[in-house]
Amino acid sequence: MELFWLAIGTIVVGVFGCVAWFWGSNMILDRVYPPRGPNAGDNIRKANQIRPWLFLGPAILFLGVYLVYPIFDSLWRSMHNARGSEFVGLSNYAWHMGDGKFRESMRNNMLWLLVVPALSTLFGLIAAQLTDRLKWGNIGKSLIFMPMAISFVGAGVIWKFIYEYRAPGEEQIGLLNAIVQALGGDPQLWLTLIPWNNFFLMIVLVWIQTGFAMVILSAALRGIPEETIEAAILDGASPWQVFFKIKVPQIMGTIAVVWTTITIVVLKVFDIVFVMTNGQWGTQVLANLMYDWMFRGTPDYGRGSAIAIILMLLVTPIMIWNIVNARREVR
Amino acid sequence: MEGMAGQKSSLVWAVNIAAFLLVLLWTIPTLGLLVSSFRDRDQILTSGWWQSFSAQEATGFVRTGTGDDAVQEDGQYVIEGTVLEEGQSLIGWGIRAREPAAFQPGETTEIEDGWQLTVAEDGSYRLTSDTPFEMRRGERIFVTTGAPARLTTENYNRVLTAEGLGRAFMNTMTVTIPATVIPILIAAFAAYALAWMEFPGRALLTAAVVGLLVVPLQVALIPLLRLHNELGIGKGYLGIWLAHTGFGLPLAIYLLRNYMVGLPREVIESARVDGATEFQIFRKIILPLSFPALASFAIFQFLWVWNDLLVATVFLGNTREQLVMTGVLRELMGSKGGEWEILATSAFISIAVPLIVFFAMQKYLVRGLLAGSVKGG
Repeated sequence: MELFWLAIGTIVVGVFGCVAWFWGSNMILDRVYPPRGPNAGDNIRKANQIRPWLFLGPAILFLGVYLVYPIFDSLWRSMHNARGSEFVGLSNYAWHMGDGKFRESMRNNMLWLLVVPALSTLFGLIAAQLTDRLKWGNIGKSLIFMPMAISFVGAGVIWKFIYEYRAPGEEQIGLLNAIVQALGGDPQLWLTLIPWNNFFLMIVLVWIQTGFAMVILSAALRGIPEETIEAAILDGASPWQVFFKIKVPQIMGTIAVVWTTITIVVLKVFDIVFVMTNGQWGTQVLANLMYDWMFRGTPDYGRGSAIAIILMLLVTPIMIWNIVNARREVR
Repeated sequence: MEGMAGQKSSLVWAVNIAAFLLVLLWTIPTLGLLVSSFRDRDQILTSGWWQSFSAQEATGFVRTGTGDDAVQEDGQYVIEGTVLEEGQSLIGWGIRAREPAAFQPGETTEIEDGWQLTVAEDGSYRLTSDTPFEMRRGERIFVTTGAPARLTTENYNRVLTAEGLGRAFMNTMTVTIPATVIPILIAAFAAYALAWMEFPGRALLTAAVVGLLVVPLQVALIPLLRLHNELGIGKGYLGIWLAHTGFGLPLAIYLLRNYMVGLPREVIESARVDGATEFQIFRKIILPLSFPALASFAIFQFLWVWNDLLVATVFLGNTREQLVMTGVLRELMGSKGGEWEILATSAFISIAVPLIVFFAMQKYLVRGLLAGSVKGG
């Protein structure tokens, strides 16, 4: 109960604080430069120069402290030793390059990058096309979209249950092994099955992200001008040809957006690996490796930060691409 | 495909079936968890959740009473009893371990030298002999029993009270609600400035927000943890609220700005001409009109904060009292990997709230996704 009041109190203080800032600072501005009287025009002009910064102030403060400053601080730390007391140049990076775990993480991240966006987009596209004209299509879409609301940890539990293992011949309680056994195969410990266990982890993310891809691609498919499809049908195109040669090329831009969005999610993937294998059995990824350096045993902030910066560098091309696209749209 | 009637209907069928299979494939994992959370430990460990709606068949054996339990009836010695437990039904029985269902209920067999054994359908057995029984241990009756499908809410009681998930639920709420409300306010003002005010550096700031959208959280963890320690915030709710506010702002500003830019210019211009201050325009015109975008972001942020594990692990403590639900789940997976009934139930409780929010406000979620991704597409 105490906690409840703390939360309510914070909301009230937070909301009140925000409102007080915006309302108060605006009022003061209007007092200092009243928009009437002899200097009205001049005052309005001056006030309009200041006001945007009042509106933007808290946001800039937060963005600065919580996102921009950390980038530079991480960069600085990545070039220092474990406790940040001594400059070591690029040796943290060099050390990682020679480290087996880091190489394994890089390899796995690349595998995730290849597999997850591709499969999610593919399944999303299939789901969007299949459910598009069905009477129960919207319900179907909702159900495929649903995993989006489930936490990575929750999804980890769900899928770990599916991969659950019992010795051959016993009653299998994991769905996958039950199917394998029913088909006459031997049940497997899927999560320790090197190297395939990586794919069993990826499936979890594909399961989550397909709904996202489907929603966006479905909207894009509906945006395709009817005439182009009708013309193709009149020319005798088969449904397959209509789909692959008429529809897909027209939504290539959206497919790229979906792909890159999922790519960013994949680069940062942490929770799934953290709770399902914790990076054992050859499944380590960068985000989890960084967590290890930060919190396992003696923290080494230098090496941890170096991994964070490498993640940042991997995201940068997409960041630039996004900015360029956004600026084009603004114009 | 319109012209060929026969081909068309088979295509429609194929599409329906394929779509159905896809939906099934995507739903089954969650369904398995839901069903499992209503089964007790023994059920989960002995059979797959997909069998929980059919009767459970099990084999075992029961010992009859010994000579001491025998009573005399019409010159015969009789031992009576039952082979079934509460709720079970008898499928078959036998007297050898290899054939636990050799006889139908109601049949009679001779065990040895004149001993007659009958097991009735209701599970009661009757062992008779013309001579007194001389055995120290009872005879074994092997039975194949069926238990009806049984679902229980016992797990939920246990998890919410004994396992501390109730506390974690409150913690998660405490983290989530302020962390959802506060960024909305801050972002709404900033988005309005970026969308409708003229000032130098506007394009640059907008681009910066787009860029910050993709900054990996990992970059911020170590610096912010140290910053919080130096500022004396340490680990706790204040720290995590601030962190989530900061991390959520780029998306909030981006979504809201995109939406506000699309609002009709005339409304805002005419309000300005009428002498309304920017603050009044924002409060009376922009904010109400932007409700759909505000709702979209609120759902994103709510889902993201509720489902987050990383930020909570780093910025909140890891003691039993401080854990959020994802943290508890993670701990359960490590320490009680085999206790599926606890794990499944806890997991389902933790995903229930997001699922409710999801199904109730899906419209806004979809709208927000589309605003963020397919502009002009």
